[in-house]
Amino acid sequence: MALNPEFVGRSYAPDGSYVVGREKIREFATAIDDASPVFHDVEAARSMGYADLVAPPTFAAVLSLKASGRVIRDPQLGLDYSRVVHGEQRFVYSRPIVAGDELNVTTTIETIRTMAGNDMITTRGDVTTLDGEPVVTTYSLLISRGPDEEAS
Amino acid sequence: MSTESRAHLEVGYELPAKAFTVQRSDLVRYAGASGDFNVIHWNERIATDVGLPNVIAHGMLTMALAGQVVTDWLGDPGALLEFGVRFTRPVVVPDDGVGATIEVTAKVTRIDEAGTAQVTVTATCEGSTVLGKAQALIRLA
Repeated sequence: MALNPEFVGRSYAPDGSYVVGREKIREFATAIDDASPVFHDVEAARSMGYADLVAPPTFAAVLSLKASGRVIRDPQLGLDYSRVVHGEQRFVYSRPIVAGDELNVTTTIETIRTMAGNDMITTRGDVTTLDGEPVVTTYSLLISRGPDEEAS
Repeated sequence: MSTESRAHLEVGYELPAKAFTVQRSDLVRYAGASGDFNVIHWNERIATDVGLPNVIAHGMLTMALAGQVVTDWLGDPGALLEFGVRFTRPVVVPDDGVGATIEVTAKVTRIDEAGTAQVTVTATCEGSTVLGKAQALIRLA
């Protein structure tokens, strides 16, 4: 099913903020098999000049996924989530996310196109503090594989 | 890595490599920690129904493992300025008690006058690369 091109350029204001917790950072770091002390040990993080535990770089995807979820699951967009695979991901950091941060994500649909029977959608997530300080920007390409597409 | 050693960095420098084993239980754990409960990462019936060879790992898990080689070497995760990848091949994770092994290498591919450098990461599973254009921009000082 083709995606609705009218969604290109749509921007979604934050739907409630995200408070970054220490245990969530530890849980995430453990899930990515990363024992680096800066992600687990508050004193280790403080000794490196951070206010609290640092989140691993890809933790930003947790926030952007949460924020973009309501966008990409909008039935009007026409994305079949079980056919979706992740095509590309990029992060541009202003600073690491640390425990205690209260963050907003603004999601923007940048492009929608169809290539070789696959629907492709790129979204940008601007992650900022409540005061608007930029923290990280996420760029995601999602691909909805067409019914005849063999997995490569 | 100290700031001093970064100042003497040369193009072609290879970062310490790492290998990771990913089993179904790791995918369930990552699903819970990340909030990405897409069924293709845990349900073999639906994964094969939609044309995948089997359950596949979250691309973001593979990216996180690849990034670990860079941040381990950097020491300070704040020295990572940009990180991007293409997911070129799925990491297939069979329910066979063995799982998949992802091998990650990385090397410095560009040094900028601005005091930054580009690190290119290679991630392979069963001899095939699973990430394309996997590049990190790092701060040297």
